[in-house]
Amino acid sequence: MSQASEGSRSLHLSQVTKEFAAFRAVDSLDLDVPHGSFFALLGPSGCGKTTTLRMVAGLETPTSGTIRIGDTDITYAKPYQRPVNTVFQSYALFPHLDVHENVAFGLRRRKSKEVDRQVSEMLALVELESQARKKPAQLSGGQQQRVALARALINRPDVLLLDEPLGALDLKLRRSMQIELKRIQTEVGLTFVHVTHDQEEAMTMADTVAVMNAGVIEQMGAPAELYENPRTTFVANFLGQSNLIAGKVVGREGDFVKVDMHGIVVSVPFDRAHTDGGEGWVGIRPEKVLVAEVGEDIDAPGNHLEGGVVTDVSFVGVSTQYLVRMPWGQELQVFEQNTGRRRLFTHGEKVDISWRPEYAFLLDASQDAHAGIEEE
Amino acid sequence: MAAITAPARATEDTAKRVGGGRWTAYWLLAPGALWLLLFFVVPFYSLVSASLFDPNGSVLTGYDVTYHVGNFGTAVKNYYPELLRSLWYAGLATLVCLVIGYVLAYAIAFKAGRWRNLLLVLVIAPFFTSFLLRTLSWKLILSDHGFIVDLFQKVHILGSDGRLLNTWFAVVSGIVYNFLPFMVLPLYASLEKIDGRLIEAAGDLYASPFTAFFKVTWPLSLPGVVAGTLLTFIPAAGDFINAQLLGGPGQRMVGNVIQSLFTSTQDYAAAGALSVILMALIVGLVLVYIRKVGTEELV
Repeated sequence: MSQASEGSRSLHLSQVTKEFAAFRAVDSLDLDVPHGSFFALLGPSGCGKTTTLRMVAGLETPTSGTIRIGDTDITYAKPYQRPVNTVFQSYALFPHLDVHENVAFGLRRRKSKEVDRQVSEMLALVELESQARKKPAQLSGGQQQRVALARALINRPDVLLLDEPLGALDLKLRRSMQIELKRIQTEVGLTFVHVTHDQEEAMTMADTVAVMNAGVIEQMGAPAELYENPRTTFVANFLGQSNLIAGKVVGREGDFVKVDMHGIVVSVPFDRAHTDGGEGWVGIRPEKVLVAEVGEDIDAPGNHLEGGVVTDVSFVGVSTQYLVRMPWGQELQVFEQNTGRRRLFTHGEKVDISWRPEYAFLLDASQDAHAGIEEE
Repeated sequence: MAAITAPARATEDTAKRVGGGRWTAYWLLAPGALWLLLFFVVPFYSLVSASLFDPNGSVLTGYDVTYHVGNFGTAVKNYYPELLRSLWYAGLATLVCLVIGYVLAYAIAFKAGRWRNLLLVLVIAPFFTSFLLRTLSWKLILSDHGFIVDLFQKVHILGSDGRLLNTWFAVVSGIVYNFLPFMVLPLYASLEKIDGRLIEAAGDLYASPFTAFFKVTWPLSLPGVVAGTLLTFIPAAGDFINAQLLGGPGQRMVGNVIQSLFTSTQDYAAAGALSVILMALIVGLVLVYIRKVGTEELV
């Protein structure tokens, strides 16, 4: 395969909008997925990610905008005319066909040669050779999931769409299937577009994650980049957890912005300050915050906050999660790794907290500090 | 010791509770079994013995069971045109019912939206009138000066003296009309169960809507097709009302023959033999049909 044709099979969405009656599910979406990448569309339910996927598959027609694969416009192409296959959320395996025939379905429609050999190879890839003559109903959830994957993969689509493919599996199986999916993607080198609401799943598997909310992409980038430097409160809360503290920008000092949080001045790197106004949310991830006894010299030269009181201690094995009430009444989350070198604090103890300035970020004050927090 | 026996007793208790007493199952079966005994086994026994009566007997002198197997041969020899015609009419009517019923059931299941329940009620609405009345109204509809005959004559489907009443067309139409709901309802039940996402998946896997229908929808609706065709074919093959009211002497079906043999001619031996033959034929055909379609493979 030449370099030119590799590049010509990438997926492009431009200004794609989808309206259902008065509801705008997807709003002027622009998206470029390079060929061969593992791309995740991450967002809560109802954010438009599944609608986006269905438009790429041809199961929905965009209200406006275009969808291209390479130079070919597929916006209005019929589903069966696109070089795109889908792994459905419910698998949608044909109950009247056995595993072999389910996997062969696409090849037979396109009158491929050597169907049986190709199916056997594909079943070997997903480690289901021995189940070839069983009906889907006789398989476990994980096996059905692999049949659905094999059935789509065998057609070597330019783009493989995965709609919450692991949603129906239990946690343990989900972990092993995540590794499996990643392995298969690397092996076959196809473009995977993976829709999920599970941020951990998106981060562990994808090269690029696009966080979607209310029909638009909030932020897109490599998982580590999104996690370490979120640009919106939604991303800060939806991807992991964040402490967001209201503050006023009081000035700039070199590469740092000085922010007054309830009387305590902290610094935030200038390139991590995503606000133009005078006010903002100072964000810090719980695991970046250190907790120490009052007056102790903490190994985090930087923002030092005094007057905290431990209000909750959850010991979870690998770490201990504290809630620390600050003088202005807000409770901050602090995760401390259980290295065994530090003692556990108890409920009601007075503590100081601190974090290195380079880990903090500053978000626009107009955004909702609770956006993206998943309701239990 | 006690610690070991205690769990064992618990298991016994559970078994008893789940089993719910060994007689419960029989009590639950009793009404159905009694019904079958009274209205199937007893009539079946008397029918089979009638088919083995000495043909020389009569209602007045009484019949003897002489195991006269020759009754069957005589019945076939005398009435094979009616037997064949019954199977042919019933088969044709079933086929027409299947085509009309499938389209109708498909439309109700997939396209009707909020009209679905209303349409289903309309399908069974004819049952609110008696079977006889409905068939008699068909006599009016197809009558020599009715609008259908007029129309058919105008467009030269029928000659100027052509008629519909007393033709095979009238009888088959009547059967189709009367048994259509028995086709539509099972078809609807199995079409309605089909997950729309399977059709989407077929489209995603390069099947055109046409191919998706024949590779996914049709095979998944087969249980409904089998149930519907059986529910239509079996009663249609034994029906005599449609042939009697809408057909003439040339459209006599085996049901008409049996009815007249039992009630007017009172030739019980021939009537019994013919009934048993019809029953055997239908059972045989159904067995072959089910084996061919192989419904037990379907989920």
